[in-house]
Amino acid sequence: MTTAEHTTDIDDGPDAGFIALDGVEKVFDVRRKTGFLRRERHQVRAVDGITFRVRRGEMVGYIGPNGAGKSTTIKMLTGILTPSGGRLRVAGIDPARERTRLARRIGVVFGQRTTLWWDLPLIDSYRLMHRMYRIPDRRYAENLDRCVQLLDLADLLDVPVRQLSLGQRMRGDIAAALLHDPEVLYLDEPTIGLDVVSKAKVREFLRDLNAEAGTTVLLTTHDLTDIEQLCRRVMVIDHGRLMYDGPLDGLHEVGESERTLVVDLERELPPLEVESARVVKVEGPRQWLAFPAAASAAPLVAAVAARYPLVDLSVREPDIEAVIAKMYADRVTS
Amino acid sequence: MPGTGGPVRTRLLRFGPERTRARWPGAGRDSLKGMCVRSGRFRLYEAVAAGSFRRYATYRIATLAGVFTNTVFGVILTYTYIALWDEKPGLGGYDQAEALTYVWIGQALLTTVAVMGGGFEDELMTRIRTGDVAIDLYRPADLQAWWLAGDLGRAAFQLLARGVAPMVFGGIFFSLALPGDALTWLAATVAVLLGVLVSFALRFLVALSAFWLIDGAGVAQIAWLASMFFSGMLLPLNVFPGALGEIARALPWSALMQVPADVFLGKHTGADLLATYAFQAGWAAVLLAGGRLLQSVATRRVVVQGG
Repeated sequence: MTTAEHTTDIDDGPDAGFIALDGVEKVFDVRRKTGFLRRERHQVRAVDGITFRVRRGEMVGYIGPNGAGKSTTIKMLTGILTPSGGRLRVAGIDPARERTRLARRIGVVFGQRTTLWWDLPLIDSYRLMHRMYRIPDRRYAENLDRCVQLLDLADLLDVPVRQLSLGQRMRGDIAAALLHDPEVLYLDEPTIGLDVVSKAKVREFLRDLNAEAGTTVLLTTHDLTDIEQLCRRVMVIDHGRLMYDGPLDGLHEVGESERTLVVDLERELPPLEVESARVVKVEGPRQWLAFPAAASAAPLVAAVAARYPLVDLSVREPDIEAVIAKMYADRVTS
Repeated sequence: MPGTGGPVRTRLLRFGPERTRARWPGAGRDSLKGMCVRSGRFRLYEAVAAGSFRRYATYRIATLAGVFTNTVFGVILTYTYIALWDEKPGLGGYDQAEALTYVWIGQALLTTVAVMGGGFEDELMTRIRTGDVAIDLYRPADLQAWWLAGDLGRAAFQLLARGVAPMVFGGIFFSLALPGDALTWLAATVAVLLGVLVSFALRFLVALSAFWLIDGAGVAQIAWLASMFFSGMLLPLNVFPGALGEIARALPWSALMQVPADVFLGKHTGADLLATYAFQAGWAAVLLAGGRLLQSVATRRVVVQGG
């Protein structure tokens, strides 16, 4: 793994291993029906020996296909699942043993679940957080003010949660996770199902939070743009194993992924000829050009626009699951 | 299980990372006053109960419909009981006025002690099945205490909203044996509270079965049947003769309705009243302890569903 190289260039103080996993495993016993009364037992290794360190104040993307073990890892980091093996520490605390003590120092947002009180106005859930985390009154007021301002919640506080849109509810959930000043924030798919504007709002908020409050953030997502805009470091997990740990650009290099520039021309033309990209598809006046994901689209667009009658264009991001699937396939064959 | 139960502790809490922060409030200036946290646990569960009360209060039409249904059922049962007690005066040790009072207490307590279920347990079972229970588990709050507080809030609302109106209706249109002294009303209120505790403890066990069964509907149905019969909802348990009656009166469900009704009717006084409370409190303690045990096993060994 590249973990070691990655952490040594930062610092080796106590902050370096703020979140520390050493060979963490989670094995589930699954019983399958094989006959009328016969059950076959077999084991599923949801997390199969994961080791990594997250420095205090870092913002790390944790990605992988469905069923890779991401949520299982998050559940172990919050203490609601006990690891089957290995050692796991968050802020020096063993989550499974001291779940309640840890709970006061972490915040969790599950994109597909809500912590808010469904039938009651949003503000009621915040008042509950105030009591639950025993937040000093002044701190509570300040944090709530700030969240309301930055997440645009002022008009929503008196609205019952069941009447909120998905984007509004997600912003409400993020605020709920932050009122007690958590040192660590786990985000499990925080932008899932959101429209572009809501996604941008959430991302901007998270970026500020990390930069200003120094909150350590572990972000699970399927949206590569989340990672691109927020995280310098990304960890890829598949089949319960850490496949990659490093900068996002490196992931594209490892995965040899490509982005696609889709151009609409004034008229039908033969395949365009530009450096650093190749035409992969032509359909009337529309052409698809593939270029390395790590490269910037700007010079390519400039080159096309300078030489050809360009009407419209769009850039398609590489499919992260495809990149990971390719990585996994490479690993198996090599 | 770590983090559940345990004594109320006063603890120094540190809020937020220690690094200096620019605009995020509270950066590096923990007020001493704020750091000492006292009796926060009770205030949390108080807030949960109050929230639950308001939550049920949100659905006014449903409440009105419920009051209407309770009243109609009360009238039907009243005439059935009149017929029955005309045939057999003094059945179960009640005269006719007491029997009719029993009917209207039953309607008043039906939802309060959740004889037919329909409290938190459906929601908790759904949360276990879908995995939303993960949210309940990572919070710095105890699962059982959290849902108990919520259920107490619900019971308080339903006693006021769905208990008072049918009782008043029954009192106006039929001749009931209402207690004359405030002390009996108070004694009955205590018995109702203990009944709610036993009811919660039973339904908590039912709900937690979903950790193993995924779909707890079957267990919920058996619990519903047992509760309907053994609480004394259909007929007072005093009516049943011999061993069946003895057993029915010793089971925890009798604490839900039979016992509070008898306290209301002044059947238990003095030392007998204390023994009656002890019976209810004993079942509550045993069943709550059972729920706590199940909870600790469930959270340690069982898979939290969903990704």
